[in-house]
Amino acid sequence: MRYLIIVIVLLGLPQAGLAGGENVRLDKMKVDLKDKASLRNGAKLFVDYCLNCHAAALMRYSRIGQDLDMTDEEVTDELLIAGGKIGDTMTVVMQPKESARWFGTAPPDLSVLVRVRGADWLYTYLRSFYRDESRPWGVNNAVFKDVAMPHVLWELQGLQEAETEVRVDEDGHETEVITGLKLVEPGVMTPEAYDAAVRDLVNFMVYLSEPSKLQRLALGKWVLGFLFIFLILTYLLKKEFWKDIH
Amino acid sequence: MSNRLSERLLSLRDWVDARFPLMELWEGHLTKYYAPKNFNFWYYFGSLAMLVLVIQVVTGIFLTMNYKPTAETAFASVEYIMRDVNWGWLIRYLHSTGASFFFIVVYLHMFRGLLYGSYRGPRELLWLIGMGLFVVLMAEAFMGYLLPWGQMSFWGAQVIISLFGAIPYIGEDLALWIRGDYVVADATLNRFFAFHVIAAPLVLIGLVVLHLVALHTVGSNNPDGVEIKKKKGPDGVPLDGIPFHPYYTVKDIMGVAAFLIVFSAVVFYAPEMGGFFLEKDNFTPADPLKTPEHIAPVWYFTPFYAILRAVPDKFIGVLAMGAAIAVLFLLPWLDRSPVKSIRQRGVIFKTALAIFVVSFISLAYLGTVAATPVATLFSRIFSVLYFAFFLLMPFYSRWDKTKPVPERVTFK
Repeated sequence: MRYLIIVIVLLGLPQAGLAGGENVRLDKMKVDLKDKASLRNGAKLFVDYCLNCHAAALMRYSRIGQDLDMTDEEVTDELLIAGGKIGDTMTVVMQPKESARWFGTAPPDLSVLVRVRGADWLYTYLRSFYRDESRPWGVNNAVFKDVAMPHVLWELQGLQEAETEVRVDEDGHETEVITGLKLVEPGVMTPEAYDAAVRDLVNFMVYLSEPSKLQRLALGKWVLGFLFIFLILTYLLKKEFWKDIH
Repeated sequence: MSNRLSERLLSLRDWVDARFPLMELWEGHLTKYYAPKNFNFWYYFGSLAMLVLVIQVVTGIFLTMNYKPTAETAFASVEYIMRDVNWGWLIRYLHSTGASFFFIVVYLHMFRGLLYGSYRGPRELLWLIGMGLFVVLMAEAFMGYLLPWGQMSFWGAQVIISLFGAIPYIGEDLALWIRGDYVVADATLNRFFAFHVIAAPLVLIGLVVLHLVALHTVGSNNPDGVEIKKKKGPDGVPLDGIPFHPYYTVKDIMGVAAFLIVFSAVVFYAPEMGGFFLEKDNFTPADPLKTPEHIAPVWYFTPFYAILRAVPDKFIGVLAMGAAIAVLFLLPWLDRSPVKSIRQRGVIFKTALAIFVVSFISLAYLGTVAATPVATLFSRIFSVLYFAFFLLMPFYSRWDKTKPVPERVTFK
């Protein structure tokens, strides 16, 4: 009976959305690929803060321009800050070998990262850095423990500190768990503005991971509409032919 | 005008017919191939399987135009198709969704066979060819899954190929021979590509032809399990038979329309299908140095994977997994019931079939989750039930109380 209950509980559980394997509650983020202003702001933040170490080598600048209604000049001015041609892919100068030496691991390419981790994970992750002097960059992350990445957005967010609590499990082991994060050094943005900025950034990364998604959703309606009409016609055709079968 | 045109077309037909059995094939397989008139919902899946095969072949051809089968370039070339190739995203999603739908359709097609005893004499060979198709389809899907060169592609192939290593004496050498390297690598990708785009599809299409020839020789079974050829009219046409064309062509086109609605809904609105059709981890490029925490094959292999994991010994597990597929080949000879269709079967067979369905679906689920002690226990129970369905069939199918087979099919 106990097993049966466990099985029922297991079957009822939604697919765990975490690829990182950490059991942290994720904050939900509203993805809106039609919000071009948000995507454009996200693209700017992405180029300013992420694209120095991480590449998105499978994506072209020109494609972003097309999808985000930007002219070639706007793309060149806002996104191609390190130079290059509009048809280039979003690569970085930093060599993976060197960055692996500096950070301990090479920063992963971000082209399809959202499709691995999910938007909520990334949204929570980028807001969960906290001060930890034992780490090389002075920060740790509540979602991705001992991550090699420094808190690149610290000037925007400021610095948080972790509020912890010691919990004792069934076997008497004591573990320190993070119960919350508190802003101790304000950044240039208010917490609300920072959340909104991260939302724009992640929104852009959702777009980045599948630029054809908007086309896909837009075309789907027409295809399904056509098929429904086709189904009705084929149903009537079948009925007509089968009339004389008894 | 139109008269002259049709005369010309007719004379062209006669010209061809004098040199090629055009009308003989047309009549033998369509207009004078008589199918039982009482086909129900379950009988759509044969023609749908052919439709999916065509979708896979056509989209596959276009994918190969831009896909680059080397370890260095494979992952990026798939994303290139998704981003830079015109309509590439659609072609890719049709192909990836088609793979899963192929199995959905084929599993339902096989289940139809179980329901109505379509594997029973005189259709044993038809069933065997169909099982051959199923095995080749599994090989095709397995090799195709390596091509995107993501983490799941790589580690899935690594795990499955290493199973060959469990075979005593020759195992390790055999696995090495299959991979062409000590781990899954560029050489493996190249050869899987060759098999996926040429060898397996060629065999698949050949077997589909044989499957149809065998079907049209013995004639289709039907939900009543009645042999319609036993009751023929004075013209030699089965009384319960209707010409495949136009009756079933129009009906199957309607089935195609309904199927495409479901298929398109997935392609356009949920191509990942919650991680079941496109696994999350497969969006990370293959990394031989980083084993994912949880390696699971795609959903259509998980029932057999669960059986593999249920057995503590690796080699016996491999044998059990192979046996789970092999036992399906024996079905025509395991079933000793005097009737074919579930409509005339008694409560024992119906119960056994229900248990089998629950076991199969449960194993499919258990194959996707981590092997916890509870999951393993349940995998063992359901594996035993899976095999019991087949191995006890010679007994319970005979003990079962059956109803007499009707003279004619029931229609409306």
